[in-house]
Amino acid sequence: MSAKINQFATQMLAEVISNKKVGPYHHMVFAVGEMASHVKPGNFVAISVGGEQSSLVLRRAFAIYRALDKGPMGGSIELVVAPHGQGSRWLCQRAVGDLVDFIGPLGTAFGIPTVNANAMLIGGGYGSAPLFALAELLKNKGCRVDMVLGASTATKIYAPLEGKRSVSSLTLTTDDGSTGIHGQISEAIPRLIREFGTEVIYSCGPMGMLAAVAKIAEEFNLVHQCAVEESMACGIGVCMTCVIPVKNEDGIKMIRSCIDGPVMDGSQVIWDRKTVMDAL
Amino acid sequence: MSALDFSTKIGSKRFSNPIFTASGCASSGQELAQFFPLTEIGAVVTKSIMVKARTGRATPRMAETPSGMLNSIGLQGPGIDTFLERDIPWLVEQQVKVIVSIAGESVDEYGVLARRLRAVSGISAVEVNISCPNVENRGQVFACHPDTSIAVIEAVRRNIGGELPIIAKLSPDVTDIVEIARAVINAGVDGLALINTLLGMVIDTNTMKPKLAGKTGGLSGPAIRPVAVRAIYQVHQAFPDTPIVGMGGVASGRDALELILAGASAVSVGTASFGNPKAAFDIKNQLAELLTEKGFNDLRDAIGFAHRGI
Repeated sequence: MSAKINQFATQMLAEVISNKKVGPYHHMVFAVGEMASHVKPGNFVAISVGGEQSSLVLRRAFAIYRALDKGPMGGSIELVVAPHGQGSRWLCQRAVGDLVDFIGPLGTAFGIPTVNANAMLIGGGYGSAPLFALAELLKNKGCRVDMVLGASTATKIYAPLEGKRSVSSLTLTTDDGSTGIHGQISEAIPRLIREFGTEVIYSCGPMGMLAAVAKIAEEFNLVHQCAVEESMACGIGVCMTCVIPVKNEDGIKMIRSCIDGPVMDGSQVIWDRKTVMDAL
Repeated sequence: MSALDFSTKIGSKRFSNPIFTASGCASSGQELAQFFPLTEIGAVVTKSIMVKARTGRATPRMAETPSGMLNSIGLQGPGIDTFLERDIPWLVEQQVKVIVSIAGESVDEYGVLARRLRAVSGISAVEVNISCPNVENRGQVFACHPDTSIAVIEAVRRNIGGELPIIAKLSPDVTDIVEIARAVINAGVDGLALINTLLGMVIDTNTMKPKLAGKTGGLSGPAIRPVAVRAIYQVHQAFPDTPIVGMGGVASGRDALELILAGASAVSVGTASFGNPKAAFDIKNQLAELLTEKGFNDLRDAIGFAHRGI
């Protein structure tokens, strides 16, 4: 356990400085001042949604796409938001100049190898967002970075031009074959691991995809760090709703994905639901 | 303008102000400490601790509802030993007033927990949670029946010794909450915590199955505030001398005042802390301002004010 919980987190009103629709997603930029300097790839922010009179009482967690310490507007944080639910739709409707209640940065960050390693970054849907900052960091450390992004269809792959600069290769997969390799992302991974000589895997996306990647990582005996997704009520460790089952000496332990995650060791997570239900 | 006397009393213990956290909504305190100094609020009420470590329920554990949420945690926690070794010393060291909430699966377990607490220095009261709705068997909700409520409180009373105030946390999911309150008051509690969450359910119309893994969950948030106000009002009317820690959807100083006017001597902030980690701190300041604005210079004069003749 870390010495101090939420130690880099602050709460503030962040101004929307840009909101652009990118395919089915919104790319949003917020002026956050000092907060940006504490962000590491994998961290998230918890945002209050719906305005003061809203019936939405819980914060929403969003993975940070990118943080700029000293941008043209001072420190900024960028998010890629899919307007799926009431809260994310409200956020996507914010106009430039609006203020949004932010808490961040929260959660664990992706661990960086101490020696150069061939890294594969695997992202599902808009789950690719936090991987670009990670790619940049790994590239600067001298790692080879192979990125594999998958989604149900071409428009749902989030792969901005600037993100592509940091990768040694980019492979796309779609379930419907509209672009890249036809099929589920996990089907393409084993071949790519052999081709690129992958030594460490980072993944972010839906839990089903993470589970499939975890299985492959185990087969190849590779270190696998994944950013998990479980619905949160608070994002700061008080509500105990966002727990993930992990292995421990007694069989199973529920740890909070907001404090002990979202980035976790994929080999420690118990992905099989039946195993979890049997243990409870 | 005279200064506001904001202090409040439960049993033999005095608290500097009436705003507490609600059990299960502040974890063990450390998580919120990054956002405001915990010494600024009257007390931290810990999550309900059990004898043994407990994994809790599977996910999904949460469903947002209009102006509220369902939770189905199932009393996940480290067990009393780890809790007393790790969580309590930190709170005591920070000079935070601590109310320890306890939950047992049997009457004996409550006794065991009370005995463990009697030797612990630095705690201000014990909240006996006899009303957690997230248990396998409705029969385990002790607060549903006067007899089982009495049995638990007597076990705690016998084992705790000394002057540590005992607060019984009751469920609103009963036909007559006054009857349950009477039972635990006769069994010797020093105060009541009203109300725990209401048992609820959400069905996901896409999957057409209950949204929570545990199927049912406890409803909290502003949606239940009128239920809390009613319960506090009824119980205070029947037992005006028994201090009540009121809770249920308090999200502002105005809401806290509402519960105080109904009869609460202190107010716990729960679900509001999920939306705003500073909620308890903000509510305390708003309440102080509001009391002054209404012409109160002593919190005690506002407690149960709604009962007084016109």
